[in-house]
Amino acid sequence: MIIFDNVSKKYNNDYIALEKVSFAVNPNEFVSIVGPSGAGKTTLLRMLLAEDKPTEGKVFLHDTDIHTLSSKDINFVRRKIGAVFQDFRLLPNKNVYENIAFAMEAAGRSDEEIESDVPHVLELVDLTPKIWNFPRELSGGEKQRVAIARAIVNQPDIIIADEPTGNLDPVNTYDIVQIFKKINDLGTTVILTTHNKGVIDSIGRRVITMQDGKIIRDDKTGKYIL
Amino acid sequence: MEKTSFKTKLKRIVKAGFFSFWRSGYVSFSSVMVMVITLSVIGSVFFIGAILNLTMDELRDKVDVNVYFVTTAEEEDILALKTKIEALPEVKFVGYTSREQALENFKIQHENDQITLQALEELDDNPLGASLNIRANEPSQYEGIANFLNEENILSKEGHKIIDKINYFQNRVAIDKLSRIIYSADRLGLIISLALVIVSIIITSNTVRLTIYISREEISVMQLVGASKNYIKGPFMFTGSLVGLLSGIITTILFFPILYWLGNITQNFFIGFNIFDYYLSNFFQIVFIIIGSGIAIGVVSSLLAVRKYLKL
Repeated sequence: MIIFDNVSKKYNNDYIALEKVSFAVNPNEFVSIVGPSGAGKTTLLRMLLAEDKPTEGKVFLHDTDIHTLSSKDINFVRRKIGAVFQDFRLLPNKNVYENIAFAMEAAGRSDEEIESDVPHVLELVDLTPKIWNFPRELSGGEKQRVAIARAIVNQPDIIIADEPTGNLDPVNTYDIVQIFKKINDLGTTVILTTHNKGVIDSIGRRVITMQDGKIIRDDKTGKYIL
Repeated sequence: MEKTSFKTKLKRIVKAGFFSFWRSGYVSFSSVMVMVITLSVIGSVFFIGAILNLTMDELRDKVDVNVYFVTTAEEEDILALKTKIEALPEVKFVGYTSREQALENFKIQHENDQITLQALEELDDNPLGASLNIRANEPSQYEGIANFLNEENILSKEGHKIIDKINYFQNRVAIDKLSRIIYSADRLGLIISLALVIVSIIITSNTVRLTIYISREEISVMQLVGASKNYIKGPFMFTGSLVGLLSGIITTILFFPILYWLGNITQNFFIGFNIFDYYLSNFFQIVFIIIGSGIAIGVVSSLLAVRKYLKL
């Protein structure tokens, strides 16, 4: 269970990124957050990853206010959340296998688990032939699959995806969305931000619409309406 | 969840650090090159220090003060004075030359000068007085010793003056100048060496930090997947130590042909001192200093740079 309780974020120059945002996400839900650029979608996800602190309000994950945690405990929280970004954020000097293995090593998993789980998760995202390639040798769609594989390999409770299809062509976009739906069907909460109307309409699940740092709609089986 | 042992973590850190060094080939190569220059400066400072010390010791050894006694001075009185001088803390050595020894030395010095030797034979008595040769620990201390001898108003048991002359007062200007040169050269050498070492450490440290600046995005990604600070720092520090180790080895090897070539030059210039022989006889100490400095600079610079990009 994720709860945003009256969360506001102001930056130094009085720019308001979020204003009194409140909503809850239940386990196994698939929530899409939509809105134009600058609406506050990314800031919202940064709060959940404890990359940024709210100016006001609280963010709860399983009854814990994550912004009161020590940096060591934040590491544990991050291992429970898989994150996927528009710019993939892969480690450029590590190959596909090592990129995924790194997330498992960070979580303190054994060598045996790494050797058995990495090929398995690559099979899930259909990328087995590229296991020894470096990120620079992959297409955008392939890079995003590696990022998804890395996000799910520790079997997190939640996957957050910030504009994951922003840099992809329609075919890859469709494939990536299908992977997220599959992950959600297997029991993982998915929070996805996008401004791609086609993506939202094809998912057909809950949609939170944001504008100017505020939530303006929250539809159970919404469509992209702005 | 945390199942890995310290050994496994260490193995992963070493492996990640090595791969990162190997895969960022050009960046690693540049760091090693800059580090080799720094370590060469540190090594050179070491050698210049050795040459400077040797030169200074030679110069110090060349400075001394002689006290000449009147021919009537009793040996007993002179030896009593010798004991007194030896007790002074600034005195390193006092040598006694008796009247007979002085005559012997004079004859040897003038063995090809028959006229002088004949003139000497004409005399009834030995015209030369005994002398004391005094060496101080530092050239600047001669003035004190000379003053001591002057003020002591040294007399024989019978109350006669036994000191004929002290050559310090003739050589005073030269000794003072030399002692000032020695002091300044020592100080200047130290200041220039320190400045060179500091500048090259700063340059190397900045190069290492630049290589980590390139990886700042990588560090933030590592944090996002929940890696602990130590697990992120580890491979960077290992890479830093690898740069230091490799540069240390390259510098040590480079010193062989350079110092071999310089060896003959130093041997001719500084009598008997061959820098290559000095390198070989102090090899392990020098290698330890060069490689140790390399590893220390690499690890500390990496640690400072990574810490800057760790946000939590």
